[in-house]
Amino acid sequence: MFDLNKIREQFPILKKQVNGKDLVYFDNGATTQKPQSVIDAVSNYYQEENANVHRGVHFLSGLATDKFEETRNTVRQFISAKHNHEIIFTKGTTDSINLIANGFRSLLKKGDEIIISELEHHSNIVPWQMCCELSGSTLKVIPLLDNGSLDMADFNNLLSKNTRLVAVSHVSNTLGTINPIKEIIEKSHSVGAKVLIDGAQAASHICLNMQELDADFYCFSAHKMYGPTGVGVLYGKEEILNTLPPYQGGGEMIKEVSFEKTTYASLPYKFEAGTPNIAGIIAFKSAIDFITELRIENIAKYEDELLQYATSEILKIEGVKIYGTSKNKSAIISFNIEDLHPYDIGTIVDKMGIAIRTGHHCTQPIMKRYNIPGTVRVSLAVYNTKTEIDICINAIKKAQEMLS
Amino acid sequence: METIKGIQAGIIEDFEMFDDWMQKYEYLIDLGKELTPIEEKYKIEDNLIKGCQSRVWLHAEKQDEIIIYTADSDAIMTKGIIAILISVLSNQKAAEIVSADLSFIDAIGLKEQLSATRANGLVSMIKKMKLYALALNNK
Repeated sequence: MFDLNKIREQFPILKKQVNGKDLVYFDNGATTQKPQSVIDAVSNYYQEENANVHRGVHFLSGLATDKFEETRNTVRQFISAKHNHEIIFTKGTTDSINLIANGFRSLLKKGDEIIISELEHHSNIVPWQMCCELSGSTLKVIPLLDNGSLDMADFNNLLSKNTRLVAVSHVSNTLGTINPIKEIIEKSHSVGAKVLIDGAQAASHICLNMQELDADFYCFSAHKMYGPTGVGVLYGKEEILNTLPPYQGGGEMIKEVSFEKTTYASLPYKFEAGTPNIAGIIAFKSAIDFITELRIENIAKYEDELLQYATSEILKIEGVKIYGTSKNKSAIISFNIEDLHPYDIGTIVDKMGIAIRTGHHCTQPIMKRYNIPGTVRVSLAVYNTKTEIDICINAIKKAQEMLS
Repeated sequence: METIKGIQAGIIEDFEMFDDWMQKYEYLIDLGKELTPIEEKYKIEDNLIKGCQSRVWLHAEKQDEIIIYTADSDAIMTKGIIAILISVLSNQKAAEIVSADLSFIDAIGLKEQLSATRANGLVSMIKKMKLYALALNNK
C-alpha cells in the first residue's frame, strides 16, 4: 500500500524548517534525502560492526564483510544482474564512468570512435574526452531535437564499424528525457560497439534488468536513490570487465605482490583497491530495501503523477518555457521565465524554504543548445507532494512579481 | 565628495530600516533596476568577472583623479549587489578604493543573505574593482 504520510515520516529532514518555513525539497536530482533506516544503518555500523572488510579472521571483520557482501547481492537482485562479481563498488557514478574510460583506453587505437550525446552530464563527457585525447580516438556526439530527445536518425548515421563504445545517460539530469537505451544498445551491438549507460538519474525511478537490457556497463550512485553519499555502482558484464586492466592499484585488488610481478585479484576485487566506504555500502542496502518495499513500479507511477501535475501548474506561470518536453520523461522539470534570470528566482524561493536547483546543472552543452545561461530545475522524489508543488509555484510567482 | 566610510554608514542605515530578508531583496532588486547601464562596447569577454555564477561585466575608467565604474549583469539581484558596490567605490580616488575597508558588507548581513556561490562572486567583484583602481592609478 502506497501511504505518502508513512513514507514522509521515514525522512527526518522533511520536518525541518528552512528560513522559518517548512522545507520543500525539490533538488532530488542532485541528491535525495535519506530515510531513518539508512541513517541508522550508518551509525549502527560504527557503533556495532566497525572493522575492515575482507581482511581479518576476527569476528567483527567477518560481520562487516558479510554485511558488505550482502549489499552486493542486494544490488545484483535489484538490477537483475547475472553475477554478484559483476557489481563493482565505486565512489559514485562519476567514479564508475572514469573507471571504464580509463580501462577502455587501453583497448582503443587511432581511428576508433566513441559516441556520446549532447544531453550528457559533464561526468559522461569529460572522461571520454580525456580517453580520446590519450588514445587518439575520436568523440562523436548525438545531437538533441528541440524537445530534448536524442536525434536517433543522426545516431544511426554516427554508428559505424569504427564505433567502439557508446556512452549515454538513461535519464537526462537537466531535461528529464528518458532515452531509448534499449534501442541504442541493440543498434550499438549490431556494429560491435560496447555500451555504457549513465543511470544516475534512473536507478531510483525506473525498474532495471541488466540481463534484459543487455548493457555492457551501467553506472549509478547510492546517494541519488535514498542512500549514502560516496557510494556508487559499476555494473559490468563479466567477460568485458575481465578484459580491462585495473583502475587503481593498492590493497584488496591483488592476488600476489612481489617486486618482480604483481598479479591481480579476480572480479569484483580487481577494481576495488583500498578500503571502501564500508558504512555507506552497508547502509546502501537499507536504501534499496526502502525502494523495493515500496516497489519501484509504484514509485514511478506516483512520480509520474507528480510530474504531470507540476508540469501543468508550471505552464500556468506567465512567460514560462519548459526545456525538455519529450513524451518519455522522468520527474525532472527545467524551465525559465521570460526576462528573469534563474539565479534570481532560485535565490528568492530559497528564502521561502524551497530547495530548487538553478544553473547549468553540469550540462553546459545543453545550455548552449538552447542558448540560455541556465534553468530553474525542479526534480521530484517519492516523498514529494502536490501541496509542496503548490507552495513552490506560489513562491515562484511571488519571485516573478518581485523581479519584474 | 562623500567619503567611502560615509557612504557605507548611509547604506548600513538604509538596511537597518528593513525588518526581513524580503525587504532587503526588494531593495537590492530596485537598485539593480536603477543601475546606469554599461555601454554596450564594454560588455566584452575581457570585462567579465570570473567566479560569478551569473554574468557580470565591469568597466572602469579614470577621469581626472577619480575612478568611475559602470557594470551590468544578466541577473537582477547581482546587479543590485554591484550597484551597492559602485555607489561606495565609484567616484573615488584610486588610493582610497584600493585601501577601502568594506565593513558595511558584514554590517548589513549581505554575505549571509547570499548563497555561497554568490558570496564568492561578491568577493570576486570587490577584488576586480580594486584591481582596476590599482591598474588605472599606475597608468
